Amino acid sequence: MSTAPGFIARMWHHRSFVLGAALVALLAASALLSLAWTPYPAREIDIPNKLLPPGAAHWLGTDSLGRDIVSLLLVGARASIAVGVIAVGIGITFGVALGLLAAARRGWVEEAVMRLADFTFAFPALLTAIMLTAIYGPGLLTSIVAIGIFNIPVFARITRGAANSIWAREFVLAARACGKGAARITFEHVLPNIASLLIVQATIQFAIAILAEAALSYLGLGTQPPTPSWGRMLNEAQTLLFQAPQLAIWPGLAIALSVLGLNLMGDGLRDLLDPRLARQR
Amino acid sequence: MACATCSTRAWRGNADIGMTATLLLDVRDLRVRLETARGPADALRGVSFSLRRGETLGLIGESGCGKSMTALALLGLLPQGARISGSIRFAGQELVGLDEAAMSPLRGNRIAMVFQEPMTALNPLHTVGAQVAEPLRVHQAKSRAAARAEALRLLDRVRLPQAAQRLDAYPHQLSGGQRQRVGLAMALACAPDLLVADEPTTALDVTIQGEILDLIAELVRESGMALLLISHDLGVMARSVSRLLVMYGGTIVESGPTPAVFSRLAHPYTRGLFGARPRLGAARGTRLATIPGRVPELTDLPAGCGFAQRCAWAVDACRAAPPPLVAVVAALSPVDSGTEHAARCLRLAELGAPTA
Amino acid sequence: MLIFGVLDILPGNAAEVMLGESATPEAVRALSSKLGLDRPAPLRYASWLQGLLVGELGQSVAYDTPIAELIVERLAVTLPLALLAMLLTTLIALAAGVYAAARHNRVGDVGVMLASQLGIAIPNFWFAILLILVFSVQLGWFSAGGFAGWTLDSGGGLWQGLHSLLLPAIALALVQAAILARITRSAVLDVLGEDFVRTARAKGLSQRAVLWRHVLRNAAVPVLTVMGLQFANLLTGTIVIENVFALPGLGRLVFQAIANRDLGVVQNIVMLLAALVIAINFVVDVLAVAIDPRLKLAGA
Repeated sequence: MSTAPGFIARMWHHRSFVLGAALVALLAASALLSLAWTPYPAREIDIPNKLLPPGAAHWLGTDSLGRDIVSLLLVGARASIAVGVIAVGIGITFGVALGLLAAARRGWVEEAVMRLADFTFAFPALLTAIMLTAIYGPGLLTSIVAIGIFNIPVFARITRGAANSIWAREFVLAARACGKGAARITFEHVLPNIASLLIVQATIQFAIAILAEAALSYLGLGTQPPTPSWGRMLNEAQTLLFQAPQLAIWPGLAIALSVLGLNLMGDGLRDLLDPRLARQR
Repeated sequence: MACATCSTRAWRGNADIGMTATLLLDVRDLRVRLETARGPADALRGVSFSLRRGETLGLIGESGCGKSMTALALLGLLPQGARISGSIRFAGQELVGLDEAAMSPLRGNRIAMVFQEPMTALNPLHTVGAQVAEPLRVHQAKSRAAARAEALRLLDRVRLPQAAQRLDAYPHQLSGGQRQRVGLAMALACAPDLLVADEPTTALDVTIQGEILDLIAELVRESGMALLLISHDLGVMARSVSRLLVMYGGTIVESGPTPAVFSRLAHPYTRGLFGARPRLGAARGTRLATIPGRVPELTDLPAGCGFAQRCAWAVDACRAAPPPLVAVVAALSPVDSGTEHAARCLRLAELGAPTA
Repeated sequence: MLIFGVLDILPGNAAEVMLGESATPEAVRALSSKLGLDRPAPLRYASWLQGLLVGELGQSVAYDTPIAELIVERLAVTLPLALLAMLLTTLIALAAGVYAAARHNRVGDVGVMLASQLGIAIPNFWFAILLILVFSVQLGWFSAGGFAGWTLDSGGGLWQGLHSLLLPAIALALVQAAILARITRSAVLDVLGEDFVRTARAKGLSQRAVLWRHVLRNAAVPVLTVMGLQFANLLTGTIVIENVFALPGLGRLVFQAIANRDLGVVQNIVMLLAALVIAINFVVDVLAVAIDPRLKLAGA
């Protein structure tokens, strides 16, 4: 890999990466900002001012309960990020561990892990997330866990595949000849080499998690009122489509831009971190 | 399209002595410029040669000298973004500047090509028979049955074992040598006037190479078609072609009848090529002579002779401007077939006889 | 069987779950015996399988109708929706993908890539809502939801049915088409770089003939594989989209069943969906081998 200054220079030149990173920064900034300040308290209900169109006082208008849209969006960013971080975190922690284990041990361990992963893949993800939230009750936590569980086989599979190809490389053979144990090889050689692959995958899974959380909230199974959530805002907006059509635009736009940003960033990272990974032409 | 058979025309003044009127291919000052990541690259810098009907011509040089580019230019298969100038006259028709619609009826029909990599040259999802029959169906509008019958005949002619069964086989079921035979069959399907073979044996086992070369020679003799054979292998040239062109850095540096070139070794590069061959019976510890230096980058070619940087006999004049093609005086040995032996070097007369 | 096992393993007695937290112990016991939950697991599984073969899937607790009937009724909506969406996806994606590959690195290519990035990022239910906004609210061409039914006597008809399914199908097709277009483009570009394409041109085939006879067939296998995988996504997508448009399909049924704690329904539907996914992937595998003779050797 090139030196740090060279890397940063390439980063700036990669237009889609920069755009993606900017969008992601916007997302993060919104969430952080909302912790300190929002134009109006997001949960404040103000019925006399309900369904206002965008204007000077409320930049994007208000919803059916008079809540300020901008504030709702900012706070909603928190839920999206929380889901992304934790769900992907769960996926990486367990998935990578399982994948590394499978690659290091081979044999029946690998088989077992892969069968398990395949099994989980067979279930349509959203469906099982819905089931889990139904059984344990809807809520942010449940949806995070459900989405997280589905990240595990994704990371397990990718980790195992990449780890296997590293294990087959000569420098690992050399390390084994020196008597290094599997655990040390895993941490010193395998993990650093697959790190870039994992980072790229993490951004993609983050985007998927945001979409999934939005869908669950839309269906009423994710974050519950009064916690603001972009998905649920869309649900509410749909019922008011004839009266206040603009309500349907902002939350969806927020979701789309966040996901777009993450995807662009992920693709850009893939190009930048390891040109060999770049499948795009 | 000009009639391929009646190409009798008076030859416009040039120095080629003794050319009969049946000039099949006449390439003049062919230049190809490619756009690369590092700037424009002159892959071909003024290549000129000609080929008569039934003649065999070899093009030899190392990787990057432009031999494959010449072949692709003849077929109009240059990569996108390549700019071509100069003239390629085939049976009287100018090929440079022809658009796709005019070029595709010629390819595979009057001019055919065999490629270097038989393992990847065939479509893995189509049967062998279908692929051999394809040019027949495209150019001669043969029916499926008629084309299939002809395909069988062609496969027999290229001596593919068990041709009848192989008609319905898939390429991955054949060996490299067998696939190259199929490639030859495809090229010959419409009885072309010119066969361009780009390193047809390079990717094959040594034992098969001889067979394929013999096959090509036989086919060429039988059909009276012209052959342009490209290779980096001197041995291949010795047995297969009657005239030889030596290429370096996008230009032809020596041209002449094969025996003449082999014996006189006029150009320093040719001399270097021959000198670099390992020799049987050499004394133990004899070092392999190599040409010092490397082939220059096409984006960075020197103004003068392309070989000057690596030439032991270069002088300032060599570096100033590209030297012209000069006739090699046939003073030393009586190998003369009436065609001119020429080399692109300023110091030919001084360098005299090579120490072969 | 696996699904059964998983649902069984989940902590919490199924009956308890169904009745909610406020159930009294007696009520739980009563429901348990009604559902046969007090029998050991293998016995239950066996009788369920048996029922499956006969077409008897048990009663839905919430609707109090045979589950099989419910499923068939809803399938009449979901299946056409999924097929329509798949059709739209395929048409758009293949055309866009091949177009982009042919115009590689030129404006057309960049345009398609940009569009597909957007398509992937947009949540399909948001797109659905936007579609409703434009085509229902503003233009009034389509209804904002609901499904009239396939037969005239239920107030609908073939044309009516398709009409109600069109917007949902478009919404479903969006993301899938974006992904598939990229895959198609990638596959076609891969093939265009292969040697045998050059050979085909050297034989004198026109650009178009090369595309049709050589490139498309060779690019088909990876594209088909992805299409098979996408089917699973499509099925999950219907759950959300059917809710957006209030279509009485399988997806909506699952959702409502879960809300109503109607476990029998859920179990059977999940089973059905999983089986469908497996079946589709099997078909894709068979097709792939038919197209590419080399796969036979690799062992399906």
